[in-house]
Amino acid sequence: MLELRGVTAGYGHFTALWDVTLRVEAGEAVAVVGPNGSGKTTLMRVISGLVAARTGELVFEGNSLAGRKAHEVVRHGIAHVPEGRRIFPRLSVGDNLRMGAFQPRARQAFAESRARVYDLFPVLRERERQPAGSLSGGEQQMLALGRALMSRPKLILLDEPSMGLAPVLVLRLFELIRRVREEGYTILVVEQNVRQVLKLVDRAYLLEVGRIRMEGRAAALSEQDFVRKAYVGL
Amino acid sequence: MRPGRVVGAALLAVLALGPVLPMGGMRQYVLHVLIQIFVWSFIGGAWSLMGRFGLVSLGHGAFLGLGAYTVTLLWNAYGLTPWLGGVVAAALTSVLALVVAYPCSRFQVVGHYFALVTLAVGEVVRLLIIAERNWTGGSLGLSLRASPHDSVLAMQFADKRVFYYASLVLWLAGLWIWYRVDRSMARAAMEAIGEDETAAASVGIHVTRFKMGITMLSASLTAVGGVAYAQYITYVNPDTLAGIGVSLRIVFAVVLGGMYSLLGPTVGTALTIALGEYLRVVFGLRLIGMAETIYGLLLILFIIFLPAGIYGSLRDVVAGLARPARLASGLR
Amino acid sequence: MIDPIFLLEAAVNGILLSGVLALLALGLNLIFGVVDIVWIAYVDLVMVCMYLVYFLVMIYGWPLWLAGLASVALGALLGLGVHLLIITPILGSAPVNQLLATGGLLFFLQSFATFLWTTDHRTVRLALPILEVGGMFLSFVRLIAFAISLLAMIGLWVFLRRTYIGTAIRAVSQDREAMALMGADPQRVYLVTSAVGGAMAGVAGALLIIQYSVHPFFGAAFGPLTFMICVLGGLGNMVGAFVASVVMSEIISIGGVVISTEMGYVIAFVVFIVMMFVRPGGLLVRRG
Ligand SMILES: Nc1ncnc2c1ncn2[C@@H]1O[C@H](COP(=O)(O)OP(=O)(O)O)[C@@H](O)[C@H]1O
Ligand SMILES: [Mg+2]
Repeated sequence: MLELRGVTAGYGHFTALWDVTLRVEAGEAVAVVGPNGSGKTTLMRVISGLVAARTGELVFEGNSLAGRKAHEVVRHGIAHVPEGRRIFPRLSVGDNLRMGAFQPRARQAFAESRARVYDLFPVLRERERQPAGSLSGGEQQMLALGRALMSRPKLILLDEPSMGLAPVLVLRLFELIRRVREEGYTILVVEQNVRQVLKLVDRAYLLEVGRIRMEGRAAALSEQDFVRKAYVGL
Repeated sequence: MRPGRVVGAALLAVLALGPVLPMGGMRQYVLHVLIQIFVWSFIGGAWSLMGRFGLVSLGHGAFLGLGAYTVTLLWNAYGLTPWLGGVVAAALTSVLALVVAYPCSRFQVVGHYFALVTLAVGEVVRLLIIAERNWTGGSLGLSLRASPHDSVLAMQFADKRVFYYASLVLWLAGLWIWYRVDRSMARAAMEAIGEDETAAASVGIHVTRFKMGITMLSASLTAVGGVAYAQYITYVNPDTLAGIGVSLRIVFAVVLGGMYSLLGPTVGTALTIALGEYLRVVFGLRLIGMAETIYGLLLILFIIFLPAGIYGSLRDVVAGLARPARLASGLR
Repeated sequence: MIDPIFLLEAAVNGILLSGVLALLALGLNLIFGVVDIVWIAYVDLVMVCMYLVYFLVMIYGWPLWLAGLASVALGALLGLGVHLLIITPILGSAPVNQLLATGGLLFFLQSFATFLWTTDHRTVRLALPILEVGGMFLSFVRLIAFAISLLAMIGLWVFLRRTYIGTAIRAVSQDREAMALMGADPQRVYLVTSAVGGAMAGVAGALLIIQYSVHPFFGAAFGPLTFMICVLGGLGNMVGAFVASVVMSEIISIGGVVISTEMGYVIAFVVFIVMMFVRPGGLLVRRG
């Protein structure tokens, strides 16, 4: 479904990703783990078009994404839930969801998508008229996820969804992500919470200082080994 | 000696000989333009001391006007020599700068907000000058009381050449101060602050102290420039020496030249003044407003197409030309 | 001692002035909030619109309402033009350059207006009565101008709250990048915003020309005040903009009667500076 081959990217003179090759099949859940500053967020931003890749190929369902701007990438069916959620704090929950369906194709199916999101996250329906900034951290993460679903994506990029959440909430959140997955979405998730995320996904990549160091099936990978490796340098 | 120094020394020699070079009937005019360039370059350099560290002031007209009016009023009313009046002007301006800079730094007023606060300060000074029309002459301006004969004490001379050398020295002094700041510890500190204030504070940089210091230095130098200008033109006016128009012109000249290099402000000032003079001569009294219209248009185009400033862009080009040459010589 | 009736009259006039100032501050605020660039020449666009209404009404004999609509259209066009020609090329430049590019536009518009129309002051005089209310003299024209600026503000409010693109504009001002991830092309949102901001300038121009005379330096007289009200109101805060506008107009209006016009402005600007230190997020927002 998504394929990156030899992608290099960075900021100014600084290179944050070196020659990254990665694949996500339709229906899969894949994790990218790695210590702070290893380039995980940059990887997500390259896929969603917020950062331009310098070299390499990005192919999604047979279409090249090279040179696409973020607002064009969404139309291909990729939704990016950014690090730190980035909901619109002074817009109501309902308006946040409306904005999620900005692109024309999604706007047509607005009512249906919203009903699905509200079924997945009933708390959002209760809070529909509240400003999004007044939600709790967990609710905001649900809103960010719901907002992404509103664009009717095929692939969802999740950047550290558990960041800043209390441990109890992290477990609930992973449960919700699992349910999203069961709805048929393909997921690429970046996490620091390696132990939890490996239970969720089929395969995982380990990123270190901008390079893919290891790749494998989540079940087959020795969890301990992976956890240790991922936190080298922390 | 490096080639840059040779060029610099030659240029300086030409400038020093300027008044005695044969220029036919143009001498007075050429000297007049050069004096303006020196004084406004000095002022632009003073502005860039702050500007290059992210403190974009749109209120330098306030400092300029305060300097010019202080010295003129003190001379007219009390006959105080501009030498002392200038010191008073610089001191007053430092106080004003302090009053603005301290809270700005303390409450972290930065970026656009800093620009708007300084813009308001510039307007306040301009409006106060107009409001106190009984002794400032209001928007009609004020003439410097003429001294009966040439006088060092009064800083008044009939011969332009005196002002020429004085402004040349002033300009060189400005460059020297710029250079010293550029080489000092303060620079490293200020750059860190310009990048990220919180991070700078966390490594022990006294943000408020540096910001206040550089603002006071910049403001008092600007006031000195105002004094020099007032002494030369012998007439002060709130619209040409205070307020948003003149503040913007200073900033324009500096950004046009390039604010991160020693000669950037001078290049930009020389260019804008030369351009202004050229347009003025071309249009004269015909087509009133046309000269300024073209000036405004060119400024927009410059900002769009030379974002690094003329000096900066020129240096990039020169560096681009020099690089292959150096490579070639390295291969030999 | 000043007759209290004069003070009251000044206070009422202050409120009437605040309407159109609030409108301008909101237009500027909208653009600043979304595109993150201060249009130093914003009020100079208003000046151009004022000239348009003047010529249409006084020379070509258009009815005022039609000239007013033309002014709104011109404002929107100017907004688009400024964005496409000046702002778009410098979106990624340093903030100083951005300030200066629109500052260059200020010089350009001022001098081009001088060139085209000389420095004469021009007004559109309306044969509307001066009302006498309890010893105060109130201009009917100002009352109407105030009412229309309120209507325009309500219109803007409805646009930003109730329409899809309006909500998107507010979303961009809160998080530009996140809105791109939703599929919104930032450039298009900027264009709509600039057109709407320009249209506000057009409305204000039509309302100002029936109260004040226009001249090439009109922008210099009202510009700084508009920036201050815009900032004092707080980004994206419409009620704040209105409150800030009333406060500043009252200071200017009452200060003008009690001391002098200039001192009224001086006090208003000093209040602005002080407020920037104690309430940087706007009058209605606590530091935090
Ligand atoms: N906007 C930026 N400008 C410059 N460098 C950046 C920027 N964002 C991230 N980086 C650098 O890129 C590297 C990778 O960062 P990031 O992708 O955020 O890592 P992670 O998400 O794994 O923590 C880090 O060294 C970081 O400092
Ligand atoms: Mg990250």
